Amino acid sequence: MKWFIDISYVAVAVVFVLGLKAMSSPATARKGIVWAGWAMIAATLVTLFWPGMQNFALMIVAMVIGGSVAWWSGKNVAMTDMPQMVAIYNGMGGGAAAAIAAVEFARGEMHGGMVALLAVLGALIGSVAFSGSCVAYAKLQGIMKKAYRFPMQNQLNVGLAAVVGILGLAIVTATDPDGWAIVLFFVLSLALGVIVTSPIGGADMPVVISLLNAFTGLAVGFEGYVLGNPALVVAGIVVGASGTLLTQLMAKAMNRPITNVLFTPMTGEAQGGEAIEGSMREMGALDAAATMRYANKVIIVPGYGMAVAGAQHKVWEMSQLLEEAGVEVVFAIHPVAGRMPGHMNVLLAEAGVPYDKIFDLEEINAEFSLSDVALVIGANDVVNPTARTDKSSPIYGMPILNADQAQNVIVIKRGKGTGYSGIENALFYKENCSMLYGSAQQAVGEIISHVKSMEG
Amino acid sequence: MEGIVYLYVFVLAAFTGYEVISRVPVILHTPLMSGSNFIHGVVLIGAMVVMGHADPDSPLQLTLGFFAVLLGAANAAGGYVVTERMLAMFKAGKKKGAE
Repeated sequence: MKWFIDISYVAVAVVFVLGLKAMSSPATARKGIVWAGWAMIAATLVTLFWPGMQNFALMIVAMVIGGSVAWWSGKNVAMTDMPQMVAIYNGMGGGAAAAIAAVEFARGEMHGGMVALLAVLGALIGSVAFSGSCVAYAKLQGIMKKAYRFPMQNQLNVGLAAVVGILGLAIVTATDPDGWAIVLFFVLSLALGVIVTSPIGGADMPVVISLLNAFTGLAVGFEGYVLGNPALVVAGIVVGASGTLLTQLMAKAMNRPITNVLFTPMTGEAQGGEAIEGSMREMGALDAAATMRYANKVIIVPGYGMAVAGAQHKVWEMSQLLEEAGVEVVFAIHPVAGRMPGHMNVLLAEAGVPYDKIFDLEEINAEFSLSDVALVIGANDVVNPTARTDKSSPIYGMPILNADQAQNVIVIKRGKGTGYSGIENALFYKENCSMLYGSAQQAVGEIISHVKSMEG
Repeated sequence: MEGIVYLYVFVLAAFTGYEVISRVPVILHTPLMSGSNFIHGVVLIGAMVVMGHADPDSPLQLTLGFFAVLLGAANAAGGYVVTERMLAMFKAGKKKGAE
């Protein structure tokens, strides 16, 4: 039986890699996850026949509870809340890896340098991923609103990491490690995850989640070595490596080097940036409707505010109306619109906006100067021109959408407050910019009715 | 398997992971992160093996094993559902407006 399991694991690992490859292209992405899903089921089934297994009743109960609760919550979560769900499921994977190591310690069979070393490393990384992901979830879900900074934060991070590392090494080298040392090791590892992620602001969370995802992959890979299970090793390390690359890509898109994210959390008041001169102009829905109805080209810049208001369907309805009136309408997506790179694309796809109307920053930025209207809905930092000019601004250097270069800029915004990062937006004070206050849902609804009344 | 063989596996798997992702469009970053999150849900089978070999008379081992399986199963099931939901929408988007 064991050889059959081994062969199945090889096949599972191959399908996982092929599935991941398929998921990196829009045309085949759906197939990729379905393949991987079947491979996961196959892996679970053959594992039940692993020689010498017992405790089946409890095992099945755990699988049913864990699996069904996660399945149900995943089915029912709103698309806007997807990032925190990914975070929490990821944390659970990290927790599972750490728990595997804990069982191995409890069985007291961990002798020999390499196995013990990787078990401890996996336990450390898995615990950090677990508690860190819980913090990320709490922040994105709005349970934990503030960024908590401890005094001497960076020193604290490094110091605690050092203590955990030394304790881990002591456990690895001891012939018969003390039980309480192991408990302390797990407690401190979990604390490390909390302390490192707590001061990080919500805007940087996608990068952190992606990094923790890579961490969990590594932890799974290491525990796979401890268990002598190549399927875990391959799947875990593949995710560890691809997750690291993905993290770098995201960090690059946000212009936030990963070390900055972890060690100098972005705070609005830390460096206020230059004061902005001028005042904001208000505009009514009727004027906004007329401006767009008689334009040649409108570029819509959707932001998280639109998604939270659930206005994407209305926005798509409006753009279809405008198109019927002969206006060219396209969508411009900033890499970090939404809560993660690609999140906004998912939300627009949900509303039925076709692919060929959605453009990336690089594709669209030159077109703003050729367009009549840039309609900014619930976006803020990603269109803030201070990122180009003001060196003292915390977002200086971040690539932005050049909405300010359009003939007219209309900003739909709930109130006069600052964006997610707490930074003033110079765009709102520019002469070609008008503010349409109100919730995205209601403002766009009014524009729709005005556009309709202009027909014919 | 011997340690050195595993070292090869580590290194080659790392290259594979890097290579597989290297040319992914920005629009797929979130689904892909979610997809790779699902794939490390394979930790479930490791948890099952550990739980299966836990001492039935040790509440500590059973409890820890129970949590390992519970969390692993949640990672796999939840990871699959959210990834599939996101990617299903991309398919709809391709057909020029689903409804």
